[in-house]
Amino acid sequence: MIGFIFKRLLQSVIVMLTVALIAFALFRYVGDPINNMVGQDTTQEERAALKERLGLNDSFPVQFGRFVKNAAQGEFGISYQHRRPVSDLIAERAPATLELSLLSAILAIAVGIPMGVYTAIRRDGWLSRAFMSLSLIGISLPTFLIGILLILLFGVILRWLPTFGRGEVVQLGWWSTGLLTTSGIKALIMPAITLALFQMTLIMRLVRAEMLEVLRTDFVKFGRARGLPDRYIHFKTALKNTMVPVITIIGLQLGAIIAFAIITETVFQWPGMGLMFIQAVREVDIPIMAAYLVMIALIFVVINLIVDILYYVVDPRLRVDRAATGH
Amino acid sequence: MTLLTIDGMRVEFPSRRGHVTAVEDLTITVEPGEILGIVGESGAGKSTIGNAVIGLLEPPGEMTAGHIALHGERIDTLTDAQKRSVRGARIGMIFQDPLTSLDPLQTIETQLIDTIRENLGVSESDASGRAVALLDAVGIPDPAIRIKQYPHQFSGGMRQRVVIALALCGEPDLIIADEPTTALDVSVQAQILDLLKGLCRDRNVGMILITHDMGVIAETADRVAVMYRGRVVETGTTGQIINAPVHDYTRSLISAVPPPDRRLDRFPLVTYIEDAQERPEGLDLATHWLGQSRDYGAASEELLRIDNLHMRFVTRHSIFPSRRLFLDAVKDVSLSIKSGEVFGLVGESGSGKSTIARIVTGIYTPTSGSIRFAGTELTALKTRKEASPWRRQMQMIFQDPFSSLNSRMRVKDIIAEPIHFHNLADNAAEAQKIVTDLLDVVGLGAQAAGKFPHEFSGGQRQRISIARALATRPRFLICDEPTSALDVSIQAQVLNLLKDLQQELNLTMLFISHDLPVIRQMCDRVGVMRNGQLLEVSETETLFNDPRHDYTRHLLDLMPVFSGFGSDKN
Amino acid sequence: MADTIQRTPRTRIGRAFDSDIWHSFIRSPLVILSAVISIAFFAAAIFAPWVAPHNPFDLASIDLMDSSLPPMWLEDGEARFILGTDDQGRDILSTIIYGARISLLVSIAAVVFSMILGITLGLISGYVGGRTDAIIMRVADVQLAFPAILIAMLIDGVVRGVLPRDMHGDVAIYVLIFAIGISGWVQYARTVRGSTLVEKNKEYVQAARVIGIGPIIILWRHILPNVTGPVLVIATIHLAIAIITEATLSFLGVGVPPTTPSMGTLIQVGQDYLFSGEWWITIFPGIALAVLVLAINLFGDWLRDALNPKLR
Repeated sequence: MIGFIFKRLLQSVIVMLTVALIAFALFRYVGDPINNMVGQDTTQEERAALKERLGLNDSFPVQFGRFVKNAAQGEFGISYQHRRPVSDLIAERAPATLELSLLSAILAIAVGIPMGVYTAIRRDGWLSRAFMSLSLIGISLPTFLIGILLILLFGVILRWLPTFGRGEVVQLGWWSTGLLTTSGIKALIMPAITLALFQMTLIMRLVRAEMLEVLRTDFVKFGRARGLPDRYIHFKTALKNTMVPVITIIGLQLGAIIAFAIITETVFQWPGMGLMFIQAVREVDIPIMAAYLVMIALIFVVINLIVDILYYVVDPRLRVDRAATGH
Repeated sequence: MTLLTIDGMRVEFPSRRGHVTAVEDLTITVEPGEILGIVGESGAGKSTIGNAVIGLLEPPGEMTAGHIALHGERIDTLTDAQKRSVRGARIGMIFQDPLTSLDPLQTIETQLIDTIRENLGVSESDASGRAVALLDAVGIPDPAIRIKQYPHQFSGGMRQRVVIALALCGEPDLIIADEPTTALDVSVQAQILDLLKGLCRDRNVGMILITHDMGVIAETADRVAVMYRGRVVETGTTGQIINAPVHDYTRSLISAVPPPDRRLDRFPLVTYIEDAQERPEGLDLATHWLGQSRDYGAASEELLRIDNLHMRFVTRHSIFPSRRLFLDAVKDVSLSIKSGEVFGLVGESGSGKSTIARIVTGIYTPTSGSIRFAGTELTALKTRKEASPWRRQMQMIFQDPFSSLNSRMRVKDIIAEPIHFHNLADNAAEAQKIVTDLLDVVGLGAQAAGKFPHEFSGGQRQRISIARALATRPRFLICDEPTSALDVSIQAQVLNLLKDLQQELNLTMLFISHDLPVIRQMCDRVGVMRNGQLLEVSETETLFNDPRHDYTRHLLDLMPVFSGFGSDKN
Repeated sequence: MADTIQRTPRTRIGRAFDSDIWHSFIRSPLVILSAVISIAFFAAAIFAPWVAPHNPFDLASIDLMDSSLPPMWLEDGEARFILGTDDQGRDILSTIIYGARISLLVSIAAVVFSMILGITLGLISGYVGGRTDAIIMRVADVQLAFPAILIAMLIDGVVRGVLPRDMHGDVAIYVLIFAIGISGWVQYARTVRGSTLVEKNKEYVQAARVIGIGPIIILWRHILPNVTGPVLVIATIHLAIAIITEATLSFLGVGVPPTTPSMGTLIQVGQDYLFSGEWWITIFPGIALAVLVLAINLFGDWLRDALNPKLR
């Protein structure tokens, strides 16, 4: 077990270093960092001095080393556009994105998995068919369109929910939450549904496909042949075997939610990291892009690590040393 | 009272191209404690019977006539819930492949206890006791410890014992065993059959044993029903069926089983089967392209010589050498094959026979050792171009007729590929002519050329494989279990063809098989392998009459005692 | 089960019409409908100059007096503009048709690009194995962590940084094709690698090796034709995703230049007018986009089931 986790940790570090290298290359070689930091009227001498002070004349490994060291401490330099430290900007906006993403993830999993199981078990029921048709529409509607339709219906026509922003937020230390006020919660409903819907349909279709696959296996057939009831076959035998492949993909999907938040945040003008990122892309604000890239990678690596450990817990075949088997 | 009565059963599978009748007018009975064997070749409808009895026919299959009664009470008309209470508690089922029959994520204990409680409604602790007792009864050592383990921690034979224990959980009166030993090695096979026989006797349980293997029937069954194309053609006691079969199909089926005790010139054919065909006469191979220009120089006495061959596979990679795991598939094997002889390699699965074939043909690169072919050291040839002339001289026929042909290519392209690759024909027309002749030689006829592999049966596909192998005009042919995926009746045809070709073209052959009777019929000399080692090499008759190694003796003992009906004739 | 000897027609076309896939196609009206819709979109896109009632690129034909007209069946609507006009007076229907042209061009090119890259890497990875395989698959894993849309955005951002601003408009479409294409190869590579691993151990490949045939010909002639089934399914579904991605990027303002009519830009422009009641500017392109993607998805879904032998 320890060896297994150690190996995975090592891989994660390599992945992070690779991503950091890309982020650094972005930062260093896309556009001229000095030009982006100073105004038109800065003299050549001042530019050279700034270049020296920022260490841009050092060798590549030294610069990269410094970048990694800073990144590890959360420092990604100054935003070209906002003229403020990127770390401050991220800290300000992270709570909005995280609250939205987490709620959507819970929604997607809590609804997606049971629907997938249901449609697999009652394959030909009318409700299953309805779910399947709806899910096909769900994956065919782009996220931004879902958001716009929701705004049109609940914001413009019915006027039930706010169409942009986070509503009133409460400051808990450095964390700002919208979960403690009515207007905050109302503002969260539409963005969360928008963000969750696509992942939900994806999870549902995945669970269904995997479960149907498991229901065709010999051991399910053998279970039926020895008189085990459907309830047992479905939930104790099939579901557990379904979860093994599903865990990995759900892990990846959760990472995707943070990125898809960019779209949702744009539609609802949600003041999170995604909105900041898309503005950074439009304005070529490289430090923010680099920081965002590294952050997404970190989230991915952490989720993957959790998934690997879960895998280990669910599947006994991984737990036993292969050398000890075969007797 | 009769345990199971099936009367006039018909099972149909509706499809777009009309109904397929899998079983027609089936009438059989099973008494308590009796083992009824149902024997037939693939496609005879055997497995459908088992599924119909336990009420688990694969949709869209359905029973459209007849009735099934257990202890005189009809079970085919029950509701789904009632059928479920019959399954497990009154009828147990054992499937073919023990590797896929068990839930990989639950311990044996959970699976046993849950099945027992579901069927018998006893308490957890009671069920736990029964579970251990059952494992003990099916011959699993240290049951109290092993019950805590997961399926992947058991070997194939042990898993099949667990499967049997699970089938017994509900204390059924009837067990349906569908090819229970087909996926297992010969030595394990015998143990499992003994176990099943003992259980039926001790517990007074009736059993339907479904198999394609006459040897299994001869050793195990009390009575036999012979099936052909969905119908029972003959029933009787085992002795009666084997020694005095009445129906033509049964006769030819039994005669096709190669006798283990003697060597015949040719395998008896199953004449009852419609598509049985012999090679047309009229092609004189000695003057034909196939026989011509076999410019291999003077035939040396020794064609292939293998010295100290070693093959090691890494089964676990690690950056730390001490953590790596290896499998030595071939250990220090030396052998020599003379020109024009058929050399047999026999052994159970995993003994390294096929690995040797794949090393000789260049699919694997050996870890160490030397392979000399017609005086040339093959391991010293580094590039494909250098090896090409030697590759052309040796060809291989594979085990699985369904995966050995590219399903996206027409037969003529499959056979022509080696001809074009080695530039053996001057132009396309000549290549085409050769392909047509080759198809004639293997007994398929020229009209096969334009078809795709899926339009052929297993035996016909194996003939296509043979034609492809002959297309390079090889002098050395490796046959890796060429008939073990085929029905016994088809096996005889293919083996006869190989034997004829070997003689007419004076081929040297390495013939790999796990089937001792087949080896006896085909080979001049035989090597016995176990765990990657070559234990002994003898003349075939010497090996069978006077085995030197203990393991060889053990293998010979396990050979089915059944000696076919064919022994009365010729 | 008893053998069924099937009479298969001799000719290639005859076989195609007798195949199970054709029968399954002809029996499901929904699938036929989705095929018809997809083909209609493709045809409209290809023949846009002849099909569309107006040319939204032709500045001369656009009159600001016609701006923000509702669809023809509403009050103030005009028969000239069936689905109404946008804020600059462009005909919505024509813009949708020309937009579909851009969207489909970008998406199909991106899919083809992904497919070639993914199949090649998947074949190499699966067949060669060892270290090559490990490296390719690790790269794939890392890339999989980043949703396609994010990678496409990053590439767009990088290009904006590298190129002068005024040049960006000219290359925007190629950047978009590259960005969407490069972000989609992993699915192909993984699937093809998986199938290649299975196929390479099949005996027909070993037979080819025994004949002496080299790896490139084996991959091209033997393995590739046997792994195309799943690739076809992925390509169909990927096309739907690529259309969505293109629209999304354009909606976010990092795709095609805002002056080029694409469905995404149209929806984005319309979003601002949602609150002032001019819903049609957003809703009609939105519906068109959704219907096109739904039709392709339906077709892909059916194709996957039809090609899956286990479900037959």
